[in-house]
Amino acid sequence: MQRRRVVLTGLGPATAFGIGIDPLWQALVEGRSGLGLIRAFDASGFRAASGAQIPDSFDVKDFVLKSYRKGTKVMARDIEIAVAAAVTAVKDAGLTTRGTDAEAVATIAPSRFGCHIGAGLIAADLDELTAALWTAKNAANEFDAGNWGQQGMQELTPLWLLKYLPNMLACHVTIIHDCQGPSNTITCNEASSGLSLAESQRVIERGAADACLSGGADSKLNPMAYLRQELAHRLALCPPDADATTIIRPFDATSTGSLVGEGGGILVLEAFDTAKARGARMHAMLAGTGATQSYCEDTVGLVPGTNGESLADAIDAALRDASLSASDIDAAIPYGCGVPAIDAIEADALHRVFGARAATLPLVTLAPFIGATVAGFGAIAVSVAAKCITEQRLPARLNSTSTAGVAATAAPSCATALRHILVFTPSLGGQNSAAIVSKLD
Amino acid sequence: MTSRTASNRVVVTGMGWITPLGHDIDSTWQRLMRSESGMGPITRFDARTFPTTFAAEVKNYDVAKFVADVKVHATAGLNSQFALGAASQAWKQSGLDAFSALNRKRVGLYLGAGEGVLDFPQYAAANLAGWSDGATRLDAVRWAKTAHEVLTQMYEVEQEPNMPLAHLAREFGIRGPALNCLTACAASTQAIGEAYSLILRGDADVMVSGGTHTMIHVLGVTGFNRLTALSTSKGDPTKASRPFDATRDGFVMGEGSGMVVLERLEHALARGAKPLAELVGYGSSADAFRITDIQPEGRGGASSMHQALAQAGIDPLARRADGRAAIDYISAHGTGTKENDSIETRGVKRVFGEHAKDIPMSSIKGMMGHLIAAAGAVEFITCILAIRDGMLPPTINYNTPDPDLDLDYVPNVARKAKVDICLSNSFGFGGQNDTLAVKRFE
Repeated sequence: MQRRRVVLTGLGPATAFGIGIDPLWQALVEGRSGLGLIRAFDASGFRAASGAQIPDSFDVKDFVLKSYRKGTKVMARDIEIAVAAAVTAVKDAGLTTRGTDAEAVATIAPSRFGCHIGAGLIAADLDELTAALWTAKNAANEFDAGNWGQQGMQELTPLWLLKYLPNMLACHVTIIHDCQGPSNTITCNEASSGLSLAESQRVIERGAADACLSGGADSKLNPMAYLRQELAHRLALCPPDADATTIIRPFDATSTGSLVGEGGGILVLEAFDTAKARGARMHAMLAGTGATQSYCEDTVGLVPGTNGESLADAIDAALRDASLSASDIDAAIPYGCGVPAIDAIEADALHRVFGARAATLPLVTLAPFIGATVAGFGAIAVSVAAKCITEQRLPARLNSTSTAGVAATAAPSCATALRHILVFTPSLGGQNSAAIVSKLD
Repeated sequence: MTSRTASNRVVVTGMGWITPLGHDIDSTWQRLMRSESGMGPITRFDARTFPTTFAAEVKNYDVAKFVADVKVHATAGLNSQFALGAASQAWKQSGLDAFSALNRKRVGLYLGAGEGVLDFPQYAAANLAGWSDGATRLDAVRWAKTAHEVLTQMYEVEQEPNMPLAHLAREFGIRGPALNCLTACAASTQAIGEAYSLILRGDADVMVSGGTHTMIHVLGVTGFNRLTALSTSKGDPTKASRPFDATRDGFVMGEGSGMVVLERLEHALARGAKPLAELVGYGSSADAFRITDIQPEGRGGASSMHQALAQAGIDPLARRADGRAAIDYISAHGTGTKENDSIETRGVKRVFGEHAKDIPMSSIKGMMGHLIAAAGAVEFITCILAIRDGMLPPTINYNTPDPDLDLDYVPNVARKAKVDICLSNSFGFGGQNDTLAVKRFE
């Protein structure tokens, strides 16, 4: 039986350059980094004071209908990003939903519309929580559970918990756009949004939906979430006076670590037949996906594997799924965060899959532009891959000067023929995700 | 529907759980059959002044009894510890521990594991250090100074919801697809359904699947108390959770893990494994209604049930040759909140029409508490045990019938029944609905 093909009809990345593919693509082509001092909180007490933050002009209320404005009061930053990205993708796909026009007939029948959104471990807003905790401290300035139970917890809004449940990204998005089909929330750190796109692919293939809003979003720009990135050895040393735009040097022998970027992306994945029937513009095809688990010596996968074997297996699985071979791939987008141990695993995986060709296969390294975007990565990268294919152009590369064995040194953007682009990432915890984005014939 | 063959049938070959009522399948099942309750005062922190002071905690649990080398799990949080105990039972029962020809790249993991437990005293200390009288914003520099002193690397890393995946992968040498989903109370039902779908698609031969979760911690109880979702009954905690009873006033938190080994039938038969049951249907939907309320007609739950039944090839409105209704038992989500129990009842009627009254439907949450992300996997296992033993677990504390809730809730005592096919429902906060259909293997 012929498998149902899945195409990308809507792109909605959210990055330091703003919401939507155009500002991101422009920066990627111009070679302009979005890294700078973190503004969400004073990060000078951490190893790195800089990261990539969505522009201050971003206001989630601009991305919902008036009737949903009240709903934005119970959204953690991660949820806001997903909500803005989703409506951007919906509009890019030319869809009408309850979230774009409450009165009109939806393009995709609600019961045939799914939603899969990858999320991180969302940290509570510390201003709100600590103001409440402060009311419950004892004479020694310590937290007092007795005071808290009796009175302190009443300081929190009744819906407080719902700001932080990882499934609330998908819950708000399904409510806004009336997606009543299968919906899930994948939480596998850096692999989250790649695995979510793959799940949407399977759901559409098996006929449980005709289209899905799919991707992921993550903001680590909260002191607690940010500290976890530091403790997991993700951050380069970057004091407030350092030039953050040159810190991340993917695959370079001199790289010392990464910087965090908030963001993510939602895409519209759609069955080819559905998209064709409505005359939709198709950016590209999601041709195949693969997933594996690495062996991690430390169990938890701070370094996600002892080598690139399992990551290579995920890439091979994606190639098989797409009925392609390694020689068909024209470019690849790795996580490329600049943490040497993680870069080494990705480089090893490239060598295992592509052999000697790994040295010349063009890599797209996004982290020097938008930081390490964790659970948001896969969706941003697949959006970029789709744009590379429609533009037949590769973005610029920044910062790296010596990348033994892989093609990742700084270079300007260039026009080139692109048919198949590989996106892949390992993750803290050892889950690997790979996807292949292909040009439509 | 395509016909079933050994290559597109999926069976359960192992199961295990760590629950408030016990750490192995059979003794826990016997306690469920005796209508026992796992509730008691909360001991994990001082909850005496909280609106809710009780929960169903896992007691006297030692992960070292279940794993090969506890040192590689030394920093595991509670979720990972529970997962290791449950999955080790399932793995052993499946016989995969003794199957030397296992291709570990064809073995995957799909869990519905929750967020880990905060290092709360240290976390609170850092937060308070970053605050002062009259402040409106945290002083992040002062916060960072204290946080760097008191918060530790592994405690923080182990809170990531994908850590149970990492621990199970390490324990069993799993190298295939590995995913964690977190759709609140629906998570592990959804995980099992998606694991099943991965096998059907050909992406794996074996999937270890289930859920693990505890929210019996300061901010967990706080969060659900603020939502007024928890029972605040006074007096005997074993009477607090009253699913489907007219006086029900909320759920009671439980904790633990349920895990199963799912396997392609031909893979199981080729190695001589004994199928315990067959997974025949999975449905998933979103309410797309409100973040706090369930769609009042039970539309979402009805949709997930309809999808699971359709995949299983079952017409909910038809009777079987021997006169029985289309299925024999429903393991209800049955949280004991006013809203859930009435809407779930409505959803079941929507699907089964006049036959709904003939299908027993019980909730074990009255005994076990609500294991949140892990609840669905534990309840899926009880369906398999119901098929195995021909016994239905009861809904305890059912004393005052609710005039609007008129189904057969198997009140108070376990019941002997002919059980060949069951549905297991899980509905998550925020509107995710999942249903599994499981059948006697023949």
